[in-house]
Amino acid sequence: MTIPFEALRRTRAADEPVTDRRALDDPRAELLELERRGELIVQKIDREAVSVSTKYGRVKRIQKSHLWHHKSCGQCGHIPGYSTSIFWVMRKLGYDYHDPHDQTSCTAWNYYASATSNSAAQAAVAVRNFAAAYETGYFPLIHCGTSYGHYKDVREELIRYPELRAQVRAVMARLGKPLVLPEEIVHYSEWLHALRGEIAAQRVRDVSQIAVSVHPACHYHKIVPGDAIYDPDIYGGQRTAVVTGLAEALGATVRDYSTWFDCCGFGFRHILVQRDFSRSFATLRKIEVMKEEADPDVVLTHDTGCVTTLDKSQFAARAHGRNVGLPVLSDAQFAALALGAHPYRVCQLHWHSADYRPLLEKMGIDWEKAWAEFQSDLRRLESGEKRYLDWDDADGVNDSNRLENSPDRDTQNS
Amino acid sequence: MTTVPRQEIDAHYKTWNVAGHADVPHEVKVRLFEQVKGDFRFGDYLHGCYECGICVGACPSAKFYDFSPRRIAQAAAREDVDLVYQQMQEDIWECSQCFSCVRCPRGNNPGGIITIMREVAVKNGLASAKEALVGYSRIIYKIMSTGTQVSPDMLGRDSFPDWGPETADVADNLDLWRRALPPETMHTTSTGWSVAESTLVELYLIWMETGVLDMIAEVDPGLHTILLELMEERLEEEGIEP
Repeated sequence: MTIPFEALRRTRAADEPVTDRRALDDPRAELLELERRGELIVQKIDREAVSVSTKYGRVKRIQKSHLWHHKSCGQCGHIPGYSTSIFWVMRKLGYDYHDPHDQTSCTAWNYYASATSNSAAQAAVAVRNFAAAYETGYFPLIHCGTSYGHYKDVREELIRYPELRAQVRAVMARLGKPLVLPEEIVHYSEWLHALRGEIAAQRVRDVSQIAVSVHPACHYHKIVPGDAIYDPDIYGGQRTAVVTGLAEALGATVRDYSTWFDCCGFGFRHILVQRDFSRSFATLRKIEVMKEEADPDVVLTHDTGCVTTLDKSQFAARAHGRNVGLPVLSDAQFAALALGAHPYRVCQLHWHSADYRPLLEKMGIDWEKAWAEFQSDLRRLESGEKRYLDWDDADGVNDSNRLENSPDRDTQNS
Repeated sequence: MTTVPRQEIDAHYKTWNVAGHADVPHEVKVRLFEQVKGDFRFGDYLHGCYECGICVGACPSAKFYDFSPRRIAQAAAREDVDLVYQQMQEDIWECSQCFSCVRCPRGNNPGGIITIMREVAVKNGLASAKEALVGYSRIIYKIMSTGTQVSPDMLGRDSFPDWGPETADVADNLDLWRRALPPETMHTTSTGWSVAESTLVELYLIWMETGVLDMIAEVDPGLHTILLELMEERLEEEGIEP
């Protein structure tokens, strides 16, 4: 059945231009124009930045340091080594950051799952977080792909619709905060990509024997796709360059597979209350295809839900005799391991489900020794010697001192 | 259940009743569609349809369900209020919200249209919304009351048996393993990270000011009561008029 043109025309006013929502060429320029008119505040990039190219050629600048980490609830809650690896790599490179308490989730996972929210609320949550970052002077860096994609959608809506700006401005006024947006919305995987040369220069573990397959996260490159990073030297500029660019810079081999564009099966509501779909899609359309076509040592991806779905779905599929069994890591965890991070103290791989130990062995990591070290850490916590571990513990700074003073020293040395 | 004879139903309908629910008057369907069309995003999400099926080819849900983003876009463009209503009762909760469908060469965003349709379904307390959100209330409670959606303590021993024994290990060692995390914001078990009390107050004000709390009342009155009491009490402590 064809669509009556008249019906379509009725959806918009006669004089309203027909616009492709992907056609907002330069949101940064639009924001600066709104700032000039006194409509909002734009938080500027005020430290050294790296310029990268986006899908349609716009140059995007990635600030290197002094970053406000907008954490991911899914990462922090269920795969905490994802978050700690992002922090660790940044610390390794010597760039300062702020890990805030006055941050909420973007709440977009819930929005895409249940629709129990609306545009004004979602925009207000986003702007409240951006305002919190602005108050500190640190520039926001978004950990979650869904937060990143959703915030870009929110930015477009705020740019396009004065009524929404007015509504959000009124809500923010009640909170005593301004309507503020950052000059660029930046995902942590873009930061890793932009700094992949510096990261690779710090590599201490050889990953040249490691084959990886990459799952590009939907909400990274499908929501406001024009703002994702593309590079003519990676996939000929026909696919987002993040993750792949980093893996190649570290020296790993990236192996392609046919269903790269497919989602992971997360589904937002499905992963929580309808997991038969998530499990089936993740294993049948992604993991099995990767195994059959690319046979990688590890799957790398760059979003919360993707790591969760691709990793956790394999256990049940194995019970059905499916061809699964691939470790799934974030690009940040992989980079951290290549730079010498501890697999448990930093990368927290014990929170993962698919077996990652063969990968560690291939990377030259003695996971049994590392696990024993982590167990030793836990005993310190259990004994009350420390309440919490910190970054020095994560890097084993005090390992040798503890060994020197340990009552078990002679036993350990024997 | 509707009693409309099968032969009077257009062949492109999936079923000749609406998900087993009693039919509603045509005026109700018109009103619901007007709400969908009235969303300021609707014009950005729908431009026409080449009937190429690229959106269906890219759609993960279409591979597992009797679901089609093309049907969603076309029904909305035709203003076929009967079919749109049926989709709001039967189809929209199958969407994965991955937005693979924005590959559309015409610039449509069927996933975005579904976001709007879901919002309207929730606002109007449609049966599909209530059914879709069964078992989901604890998630809504968590995100609206704590500011983080998923928490470590959701990984209970019996909560995710299909995720393997490693998840049970997490549950058994939760407090200890959280205290072993280097960032001091992440030692929490009931939230993803430590969220400041003042930040929660701001979040509660956002939910109240933007009508989100009222939406909850339509789909889960019990949850609404719990959240309202929690938020009003907290705001009162701060001396803030809700």
